[in-house]
Amino acid sequence: MKRREFIRMTSYGVAGTAALSGVSSDWFGLYGNPTADPGTEGEQVIPSFCELCFWKCGILAHVKDGRVTKIKGNPKDPLSKGHLCPRGAGGTGLLYDPDRLRRPMIRRDRRGTQEFEEVSWDAALNEVAENFERIKSRYGASALALFSHGYGGNWMKHLFHAYGSPNIAAPSYAQCRGPRDVGFDLTFGWGVGSPERTDIKNSECLVLIGSHLGENMHNTQVQEFAEAIRNGATVITVDPRFSVAASKSAEWLPIKPGADIALLLAWMNVIIGEGLYDGEYLSAYAYGFEQLQEHVKPYSPEWAYTRTGLDPDRIRRTARMMAGARPATLVHPGRHVTWYGNDTQRSRAIAILNALLGSWGRKGGFFVPSSMEIPAYEYPGYLDHEAHVADRPDPSQYPLADQVLAQGVCNATIPSGIGDSRIKGWMVYGSNLPTTLPNPEETYRAIQELDFLVSVDVLPAEIVGWSDVVLPEATYLERCDEVFTPAWREPYVAVRQEVVPPMYESKPGWWMARELGHRIGLTEFFPWEDSMEYAKTRVEAAGLDCDLLQRDGVIVGEPGPLYFEEGSPPVFYTASGKIELYSQRLAENGFDPMPTWHDEEVEDPPQGYYRLLFGRSPVHTFGRTTNNRLLSEVMEENGVWVNRKVAERWGLRDGDRVYLQNQDGVRSTFSAPVKVTDRIHPDAVYMVHGYGRKAKKLKQVYGKGIDDAELITRYKTDPIMGGTGMNVNFVTFLRAEDVEAQQEAEGSSVGTEDEVALGVGRDFDPVLNTRAAGKALAGIGAGEEVAP
Amino acid sequence: MNEITNTRHNHLIDPTMHVWGWEIPLYLFLGGLVAGIMIFAGLRALREEREKPSLALSLLPWTAPVAISLGMFFLWLDLEHPFNAWRFYLAFKVTSPMSWGAWILLGVYPVSILLAWIDTPDSLKVPVARWIAPGSTLGKLDTWSRESRRLLGGLNIAMGAALGIYTGVLLGTMAARPLWNSALLGPLFLVSGLSTGAAFMLLFGLSERERLFLGRADMGLISTELILLFLWIIGLATGGSSSQGAVAMIFGGPYTAAFWTLVVALGLLAPLVGEALELKHGAVPGKGTAILVLLGGFALRWILVFAGQDSGWVTEIAMR
Amino acid sequence: MSDVRYGMVIDTMTCVGCAACVIGCKTENDTPEEYSRDWIYTLLQGVYPNVRMAIESQRCNHCDNAPCVEVCPTGASHYGAGGTVQLNPEKCSGCKACIAACPYEARYIDPRSGAADKCTFCMHRIENGVPTTSCQEICPTQSIHFGNLDDPDSEVSRLLATREWYVLRPDAGTKPKHFYLR
Repeated sequence: MKRREFIRMTSYGVAGTAALSGVSSDWFGLYGNPTADPGTEGEQVIPSFCELCFWKCGILAHVKDGRVTKIKGNPKDPLSKGHLCPRGAGGTGLLYDPDRLRRPMIRRDRRGTQEFEEVSWDAALNEVAENFERIKSRYGASALALFSHGYGGNWMKHLFHAYGSPNIAAPSYAQCRGPRDVGFDLTFGWGVGSPERTDIKNSECLVLIGSHLGENMHNTQVQEFAEAIRNGATVITVDPRFSVAASKSAEWLPIKPGADIALLLAWMNVIIGEGLYDGEYLSAYAYGFEQLQEHVKPYSPEWAYTRTGLDPDRIRRTARMMAGARPATLVHPGRHVTWYGNDTQRSRAIAILNALLGSWGRKGGFFVPSSMEIPAYEYPGYLDHEAHVADRPDPSQYPLADQVLAQGVCNATIPSGIGDSRIKGWMVYGSNLPTTLPNPEETYRAIQELDFLVSVDVLPAEIVGWSDVVLPEATYLERCDEVFTPAWREPYVAVRQEVVPPMYESKPGWWMARELGHRIGLTEFFPWEDSMEYAKTRVEAAGLDCDLLQRDGVIVGEPGPLYFEEGSPPVFYTASGKIELYSQRLAENGFDPMPTWHDEEVEDPPQGYYRLLFGRSPVHTFGRTTNNRLLSEVMEENGVWVNRKVAERWGLRDGDRVYLQNQDGVRSTFSAPVKVTDRIHPDAVYMVHGYGRKAKKLKQVYGKGIDDAELITRYKTDPIMGGTGMNVNFVTFLRAEDVEAQQEAEGSSVGTEDEVALGVGRDFDPVLNTRAAGKALAGIGAGEEVAP
Repeated sequence: MNEITNTRHNHLIDPTMHVWGWEIPLYLFLGGLVAGIMIFAGLRALREEREKPSLALSLLPWTAPVAISLGMFFLWLDLEHPFNAWRFYLAFKVTSPMSWGAWILLGVYPVSILLAWIDTPDSLKVPVARWIAPGSTLGKLDTWSRESRRLLGGLNIAMGAALGIYTGVLLGTMAARPLWNSALLGPLFLVSGLSTGAAFMLLFGLSERERLFLGRADMGLISTELILLFLWIIGLATGGSSSQGAVAMIFGGPYTAAFWTLVVALGLLAPLVGEALELKHGAVPGKGTAILVLLGGFALRWILVFAGQDSGWVTEIAMR
Repeated sequence: MSDVRYGMVIDTMTCVGCAACVIGCKTENDTPEEYSRDWIYTLLQGVYPNVRMAIESQRCNHCDNAPCVEVCPTGASHYGAGGTVQLNPEKCSGCKACIAACPYEARYIDPRSGAADKCTFCMHRIENGVPTTSCQEICPTQSIHFGNLDDPDSEVSRLLATREWYVLRPDAGTKPKHFYLR
């Protein structure tokens, strides 16, 4: 406030003069009151698509005097339909983030000390190119891995394909949606894709299992969610937390965390037992109904009660509600589903339940999407990739994984009993691994083993501090990317355009990929001059008008039939060619062919500990946006949600600051305020992911709140596809004043500046954070039963 | 249990409103003090002079224009756009107590200065005698003033009362702040202003007769103020949930100790008892009690301004 | 003008409280850093697991009987087009009486000008022929409706006629023109 007041005081002189002139010219102020115009309307309005999350909504960027003043939804875009979520509206907060990386940098001290030297693009790219070539000649191309998240990563993927490495991983698979896609693929022969093919707006009964639509702001889904509510749809929400979606629901089932499969089996038990399933649909399309019928017999609602804590009558009632609306009943597959390590089976159970209700391929269930045919750019053809991807040292592991496992690549960087590490270099594109992969210690350890690490990012995230070379990327508003042709209700193509030129010395990813390609002898893979030329070539090859695309942002084609009843062919790419209620493929690989409840799969929290659950805020996309000053105005710190009765037992009041310590003695680096609430199950605590950041150069979010990722020291790997179940950690509370008093006494704070900035105490310390572990609140929270 | 969250963090508004700082209670205090001084000066002008007033008493009216200037300076300091202050005088808004106040302040100056002038002993006017030579403009004004002493007295009482009442009405009309929202605030501030005015005058070298008069008057004023405070509290306590929530701030809430100690005990009861004892024992009212009254009057405004801003509309979920 | 009375209707049934309206407003109206003309208010009542929650996108209520206009000593706060409550920063002295008088705490001082400020119902858009306010335009759940309350055929009138609604602090006597559908 001080600075502002000063500015104002200095402006008083000017204002005073103006006021006096006002007196003389407009004596007595009898003039009218003009309408105030903030003047943010753009002189140019340029269509593009958003990258604040990965939904890719069409936007209209208003540009005035060379600045982007505001960002609106593009009404022509099938995903945004002219509306945006808060993040999309706050894109200028990313573009004008004062903490942005400005110039290429090369590390000048040991890895992690953040001693960088700003260099020219030439010097930085030469350094990267030399290392790429060295790694290839010494270890082979597959010793170089790419971690990528975001649409701009396509250029780097292309570079890697050309280079010859198959180790292209995205945490969005094994740390997020992988189990869902595998589970649905096993059942229907199709994944659900992104954007999901869920027909939410036509759904008459929408079942959300841990999906927090409304807090998870995937624009179109939320738009359709609201539309479904307006149309009178019944919403059933299963969540240990009273989510926003739960507050819109006819039935909220406050399930005991981890018991979802028990509930799903009980629902199947009721639907099959009471004959409420879609018999016609199943006999036409499904395989294994008899086995399933037999299989779910023991899973009565009464049986489920002991696992879920849910009243059997409510389980029955909700099952009947779902059946009553079929086939317009959508049991939503969710998105971030890596929870307990049995996630593929849970996703299978969701898929099977949808099959029983006949919702796949039906109105109000899952529609059949179509996409615009845009021919690929003609390249000479990628080199043959080396035989084996490095993410699974033992080929029998995770047999059904159909994408590269990011955690596996990370682990393959660490020398182990199976052999020398196979990965020697990483390129990390827009993916802050220490807060993305579970157990950051493993990530830091892997990083220390690397020969070379280059990161491409917009902001100085933690991973940047660990890199050997840092390449500052232009934001999505400053670059043209690959065209976007999603499978959706209607086929369409969208273009991302340069709205304003890149600020500072940042460069778009395509430019970096092309420059690197040219430097390492892959010129033939980069025949285009720039990404716009590339996009134009593709778009025109499809017979479309690129000028029109650039003017409108999208070209939308004719939608095909959306449902089986509209003539969409019921095709299932499974072994049997049918919907597999019983999966032969799972059986062959030694897994349960039908989802089965195993009591031992879900642990109870130890005394005085609470299950750590995490999720999203509508204004943030995990850690990617928490430094965005515009969005931070709505939420600048995460709190720890603690059930009110639990808080009373611990003597915690709303706003009290706590550190969290997990079952392995790992304590959070920073503290966060307690949110005392009646919205969370007493067995669990909840936090919004993406805070407690340790990168000091992220000046907005540094040190604010708690990073859940550093407390996720344990994870349960899904044996089917390698997803990392992360909801398996338990935390307890340490009062901030106790921890800080002890730190004071020990003469240590959260670490030296660099240590904190790096996210690690020493070069590599496996017991990081445990050193100054504060004492737990004595005598409270122990030995007392928590009533559900 | 009610859990409320709000994404708004507007400075001076969140988490609780705090738009007015120390300047406002100081201004309100000075305004009340001036109102008191003007009314006492006016009353004296209306009465037939039997004895020559003490020098202090005849000079005290000068404190009115001085103190009001100081108060207005504080008020000006509080403005967020102070160079637009002249805008107050381009409008008269009937519904705005602040607009009334702006014009009242303008009226305070001439009537208080003229009365102070004619009450000033002629011996002190020698240095400026040449400016008020008979026939000159100022001389005519001087003559007119001397002849209109009773009129000026009446005007001083009227302007003083307006000033005193308006400072209370300014707060009292804010329906959004339940603690203030009472018609009693006008009379309460007027009486408190008179009381602080009397106490202020007692700080100077008045004659015994003058002190006894002011002391007695002050006792009556303090008693009236206590009754008004009592009625104000009753009004709030028997009002709606928002009023009850507001009054709870001085009944167990954050302002309890300050209100009961500084305002009621030290600012009202102690001087009342003190003055009563002094009069009973034939003593002349002293300066100690006067200082207590002044501090009490300031504390009343301080606490009301801050507590009142804290008080807001109580939210009912039932209607949602 | 006299036959137009602008009002806003918010559907709490569909509003998820995502704050797109807040961010959209901030960029549309170029509000100063750390100040908002609209905000999300949530109210939870009950004991786990028997709870209910009201989510409201709040802003200036553009009252028919606006205390901010009444207390304004300079005429800076005034009734503008379509019965909206507007502020002319040229006339504002920053006395803050309007802020204290507003039971919705919808106002703040813009630190850049020293003048009070608040939601304008995006009159700069409406008067220039853009039919929506910025919050309404951006809202992904389309929970925000805006229009002429005096036109019985307008969407806002239709919603108010067919749905249950409430206003904030009706007992403050301000006659707000900002309505919430249950």
